[in-house]
Amino acid sequence: MAEFTSSFWGVYIAVITLVSIIACGVFLKVQTTARVAGKVETTGHTWDEDLAEWNNPLPNWWRWLFYITIVFSLVYLALYPGLAIWGGALNWTSSGQYAQERARADAAVQPLYDKFGKSPVEQLAGNAEARAIGQNLFLTYCAQCHASDARGGYGFPNLTDSDWQYGGSPDAIEQTILAGRNGVMPPFGAALGGEGAKDVANYVLSLSGLASDSIRAQKGKEIFAANCVACHGPDGKGNPAIGAPNLTDKTWLYSSSEAAIIETVTKGRNNQMPAFKDRLGADRVHILAAYIWGLSNSDKAKAAGK
Amino acid sequence: MERTVVNDRLPETSAPPTAALATDDTEVSLYEVRRKIYPRAVHGLFAAWRWGLVWFTQVVFYGLPWLTWNDRQAVLFDLGARKFYIFGLVFWPQDFIYLTALLIIAALALFLFTAIGGRLWCGYACPQTVYTEMFMWVERRIEGDRAARMRLDRAPMSAGKLSRKLAKHGVWIAIALWTGLTFVGYFTPIRELLREVATVSLGPWETFWILFYGFATYGNAGWMREQVCKYMCPYARFQSAMFDKDTMIVTYDAHRGDPRGARAKKVDHKAKGLGDCVDCGMCVQVCPTGIDIRSGLQYECIGCAACIDACDQVMDRMGYPQGLIRYSTTNAIDNRWDRAQMIRRVLRPRVLVYVGILLAVIVAAAASLQARVPLKVDVLRDRTSLAREAEGGRIENVYRLQIMNTRETPHRFKVTVGGLPTLAVAGESEFEIPAATSKQVPLRLQIDRGQAGPGSHKIDLDVVDAEDPGVSVKERSVFLVR
Repeated sequence: MAEFTSSFWGVYIAVITLVSIIACGVFLKVQTTARVAGKVETTGHTWDEDLAEWNNPLPNWWRWLFYITIVFSLVYLALYPGLAIWGGALNWTSSGQYAQERARADAAVQPLYDKFGKSPVEQLAGNAEARAIGQNLFLTYCAQCHASDARGGYGFPNLTDSDWQYGGSPDAIEQTILAGRNGVMPPFGAALGGEGAKDVANYVLSLSGLASDSIRAQKGKEIFAANCVACHGPDGKGNPAIGAPNLTDKTWLYSSSEAAIIETVTKGRNNQMPAFKDRLGADRVHILAAYIWGLSNSDKAKAAGK
Repeated sequence: MERTVVNDRLPETSAPPTAALATDDTEVSLYEVRRKIYPRAVHGLFAAWRWGLVWFTQVVFYGLPWLTWNDRQAVLFDLGARKFYIFGLVFWPQDFIYLTALLIIAALALFLFTAIGGRLWCGYACPQTVYTEMFMWVERRIEGDRAARMRLDRAPMSAGKLSRKLAKHGVWIAIALWTGLTFVGYFTPIRELLREVATVSLGPWETFWILFYGFATYGNAGWMREQVCKYMCPYARFQSAMFDKDTMIVTYDAHRGDPRGARAKKVDHKAKGLGDCVDCGMCVQVCPTGIDIRSGLQYECIGCAACIDACDQVMDRMGYPQGLIRYSTTNAIDNRWDRAQMIRRVLRPRVLVYVGILLAVIVAAAASLQARVPLKVDVLRDRTSLAREAEGGRIENVYRLQIMNTRETPHRFKVTVGGLPTLAVAGESEFEIPAATSKQVPLRLQIDRGQAGPGSHKIDLDVVDAEDPGVSVKERSVFLVR
């Protein structure tokens, strides 16, 4: 920052501040007495035609209030960073106070996380307190994409069903949140051409029993076997190890329409689930994973809660 | 034209440093040391009124936190939970308008009473007056009345003086601390608070506020007294601006009283050219702000009418009619009206307008309170999640409903929707909300594909109490179609 500021302004502010405070004190001292001509005068202000006010003295304690403000401001400037050139005897900073308060809050909730951190996800999902914390975390960090009811949306998976891109075991869910995922479907538009993409899309439709053109599906089957089985498997059931979706079920991350499937095949997809390890820490992710696992395993979670 | 001087006071009784000057061009202090005031004890009609109000306000203030209602403290302002209990009513931050209504009523009532009877609030009901009255009572019990107190203060320090002073301050501090505790008891359940005091486990803020409010009571009622009214209180000053010539204020009838002078009871003072005022100075001795009411209206006068009580007793002893100092208006004194004439003028348009507005605000606030729906609903559409495809190709939007049940019993609420064909709630549509609780619940709405074009559509949500259909709230939101 030094290249952007010079020490001049700090000195400038400090000098103005201190001179002003001292000048207030001198002014007060000088203005304690006055030379008057014999009797009490009015203040010279007149309202409502003829309403005037005596210029009577202030109570003596009032003067001390003035001096107290001067002493207060000097003590304050000595302790806190008010003068730009002096950081204050207490070394107080707003970021320091934030760090301190945060550390205090973290220390206060740590026993809770220690307790929950040791329980397995299955058991935690049955604990109402842990679920409430998990829901809070979910609504803060996850609802933006997965929606507040965790049922997802266009391009964002539904977390309440039993269909899992990367596997629905507690460990897999926890791993997904901690490290994030990057689901890549490569574009096949150049390799397959428009007709080829349409053929393979019809085959994919037929896999999950949706209405499709059977001739195109026949052609598409061969294209599928040549290009897609590496990830989606010979029967199209996908591979959770690399996040390749199962194409035979009724769950569609993007719409189940022919047009959407053609778009996926032609242009590919690139899905990013961000990593939350640094942002939330392993303790919170553990509770969050338990909440999410419980959404699609509510019977088991209930059983664990008993 | 002669000037009316608002804080008109006689130079003789004014601050010595300034007023005692006789010579020209002298160096004087712009600050004066307070001269301690030793008000004499006073009895009579208006003193009885004041004590009545001391008892009434303090029984209410000290007593209210101890009452119980529905197994909770009857009057409790729970700042942490943001719930404000007043007997059967529970106020939420959303009901803030009622506090506004209360403040408007209080302000208009102040205008009204001041326009009719001057500083009635200051003289009878203001906490500063009420606590000063209580503290002066303690002072009189321990140190004696005016003359005894002045003697005691002039006397050198002795064991007797020290013990009296210690006793007085001890009792004052005890009252002040109890007042602080009661005050905090409106915000923290007072029984718990007392238990915490007994076990020395008060929280830092509770401790601070008890001591702060206790210190304010002790300092203001024990030490500052009339200085609070003279130098600190804005209401004192702006009430003076609401007087007019038909406002009943504490007034000395100069036509009747002057010229003043001492005389024997049997002497015909009229023959000697004297007025009714015997110049005994009782009205000055009883004055809590140390002024002489015979100099006319002064800004220091808090309208306590102690001088009326004192003067009436002197008039009785002298065998003169009461009311040399009395509640009267400037017009009545100037024009020598009788009481009936004066009161007719007191009921002037200004007073009637205040009464009208005050009644209108009270009626409106009461009606609104009566019609208050004990249910509040907020619809929060998921901001980032637009339309999505649900089972069967239906289009789904997600909402969160913030349902606030302000009654102290649990209730079930049913949600119905309308505004689009085939629009319906998917999943849960009835929600149980515990007593006096605000709860956020998820809500999914679906329509069939093709029922509405792409874009945003206005929809209505009705939230109705399942057992009591009279309690319902209608909210609007939007449904997005892709």
